[in-house]
Amino acid sequence: MTVTIDIDRIGFSAEVFEEFLTTRSEPSWITDARRAAFAKYEELLGAELDPEEFKRIDLRIFNAAKFRPLTADSDASSVSTLLAGETEYGGSIRHVDGTTTHENVCEDMTAKGVLFGDLQTLLTENRELLEPYFLKQAVRPDADRFSAWHAAFWTSGTLLYVPQGVEVDLPLHSLIAHTADGVADFGHTLIIVEDEAKATLLEETTSANEDQSGLHVGCVELIVGKYANLRYVQLQNWNQKTWHFAHQAGNVASEGSLQWTVVGLGSKLSHIHQDVNLNGRAATAEVNGVTFASDRQKISYYTQQHHKAQGTHSDLLYKEVLRDDSRVIWRGMIKVDAAAQQTDGYQRSDALMLSSDARCDSIPGLEIEADDVRCTHGATTGRVDEEQIFYAESRGISEKEAMHMIVEGFFQQVYDRIPIEIVRDTLSRTVQGKLGIESMTAV
Amino acid sequence: MSSLLKITDLHVSVADTPILKGVNMEIRQGEIHALMGPNGSGKSTLAYALSGHPNYSITGGSIEIDGVNITEQEADERARLGLFLAFQYPVVIPGVKVADFIRHAVSNIRDPDRKEGEGLIGMREFRTEIKARMEELGMDLEFARRYLNDGFSGGEKKRMEILQMAMLQPKFAILDETDSGLDSDAVRVVSEGLAKLSGPDMGVLIITHHERLLEFNPPQYTHVMLGGRIVETGDAALAHDLHANGYATVRERHPEAAADNARAEEAAAV
Ligand SMILES: Nc1ncnc2c1ncn2[C@@H]1O[C@H](COP(=O)(O)OP(=O)(O)OP(=O)(O)O)[C@@H](O)[C@H]1O
Ligand SMILES: [Mg+2]
Repeated sequence: MTVTIDIDRIGFSAEVFEEFLTTRSEPSWITDARRAAFAKYEELLGAELDPEEFKRIDLRIFNAAKFRPLTADSDASSVSTLLAGETEYGGSIRHVDGTTTHENVCEDMTAKGVLFGDLQTLLTENRELLEPYFLKQAVRPDADRFSAWHAAFWTSGTLLYVPQGVEVDLPLHSLIAHTADGVADFGHTLIIVEDEAKATLLEETTSANEDQSGLHVGCVELIVGKYANLRYVQLQNWNQKTWHFAHQAGNVASEGSLQWTVVGLGSKLSHIHQDVNLNGRAATAEVNGVTFASDRQKISYYTQQHHKAQGTHSDLLYKEVLRDDSRVIWRGMIKVDAAAQQTDGYQRSDALMLSSDARCDSIPGLEIEADDVRCTHGATTGRVDEEQIFYAESRGISEKEAMHMIVEGFFQQVYDRIPIEIVRDTLSRTVQGKLGIESMTAV
Repeated sequence: MSSLLKITDLHVSVADTPILKGVNMEIRQGEIHALMGPNGSGKSTLAYALSGHPNYSITGGSIEIDGVNITEQEADERARLGLFLAFQYPVVIPGVKVADFIRHAVSNIRDPDRKEGEGLIGMREFRTEIKARMEELGMDLEFARRYLNDGFSGGEKKRMEILQMAMLQPKFAILDETDSGLDSDAVRVVSEGLAKLSGPDMGVLIITHHERLLEFNPPQYTHVMLGGRIVETGDAALAHDLHANGYATVRERHPEAAADNARAEEAAAV
């Protein structure tokens, strides 16, 4: 049997790539890297995707030809945000349809050597410092067709670099927005927190209106140094006509700690490949997931907690609520290398089903080569307990309100792990919005 | 005028099995009624049916409050009309804070027309009130911030039921074995708490197997349930007699109901 690949349907052609290159003015080392990635991309388009990761995701109705990177300037005025304005930020950046439209950073951060802003500009200005990180350590272009696609076409991006020993107290804000119909954006987020440094970045994605279609092929790279601390949140809130594919990876060095929260509320279909690599002795990572799928949304995660060194600790908790005809897939894996003795690895996914037409697949997994480890994994799928509803009703709370309280309570167990108040509040508000609660005062 | 809860010839089935076979009872605001009866006689079934549990279908008869038939009403509507059930087995709702839950409940009960998303009772007012009630019940204020019944001991759960009753100030409260599983100090707290709360504005139906709660809250009426029927009604002396002597003589006096009860217990044991 011969398989013919219809490049126009599942990918971008060489002509599209060449045309894209003409719109970029960037140094040749960047262009060369793009060309190498594009060659890889063409090769990988012909290769089968890893069935472990993709067999539950139906990409047949995905038509890449409907999306193109945008070159004209976009109107950013219609973009709304959930996080901006909710707290004081040390800096913020905004990308609209693949172009950076706004950036600012407070002066005392720059004075301490912190770099924050548009990725392409900062890469160009600081090649020696940043090139060794960009698409080399955390996410590799040759991982699969999506990472290669991204590496060839990456558009705007957020860069945060925190030098050794610098603690950035105020959080930073990054917004990725779509405003044009049919836009393909390849946003990249690269965060490097050097040894003993500390930072928090809150990122969100949004669509200016409900009707336009969009494609995001993204990449997130988090590099956490020794004794460093990074808190990173990505709140995916696209409209329901947006396709979202992303490779996201965090590398944590010895004694470093990463606290990573992934929120999936929007998109038509999203697939996130999330890797946490505990590279150094006693590195720790806490991973939180909040997913609320409705209508015909399909939201998929492939997560790996890879323990490569001794005494490392990882703890993943994903919570998913499914309504209507939605589908959520979580495939989780804890890998422990032979060298990673005295390691703790936990993973757990809990799904709450609000409709009998929704479907959830949670598949935890362990691959352990060391013998002195503590690893637990688990997945639960359940419906709202009728007795809980009745109990609340017997106190005068309507069935619907009871259901909503129970859903919020379900997520509360993840919120409790997020130490950033505005993130907790924003999540709670956004979930209420999706539940259809107009306004509700929380205690 | 005081309100009246009137239960007339109530028939209730669970999963198509008839459990209550014609219960009659009238409770006025201000009255205390005790409901006693052996295991499996149908006491909790009556409590659930009155509260509107969807699994307890009313196949005949009626429940009225001041002449308004509430048989068809949902549980939350009945609660807004002033009915309250203290559960024999209170339910855990993870992630929902006690204070948040009770604040929603209080807002709905005091403003029965409130819709979801509409204003809640003011935070400050609510705090002051719940703090006072918790202190009266000897509860640590920390409980308000905990998740509802999550990880609570049996006694703590029962106290939480009384706290909710105190906050909701129902016209009619049904207490289903609120005194069971409590140590004697806790029974005293709950009994005194109830005595303080009940008064001319509350009609109380106490389901119990013990005497303490009734000592603090002497009933004007004692009903004995057997095989899904109220077979006898008396005063406080009847409760005392049953505690002292058990149900043997009641069974003898009502052989048919006793046989029904035995069958139900057998079926439940299988
Ligand atoms: N949900 C249910 N499903 C099946 N049978 C039930 C259910 N609820 C009650 N029953 C049956 O109805 C009968 C009455 O039960 P109920 O719980 O009302 O008794 P009770 O008087 O409260 O007993 P106890 O003193 O043990 O609490 C029993 O035979 C019981 O098995
Ligand atoms: Mg009972």
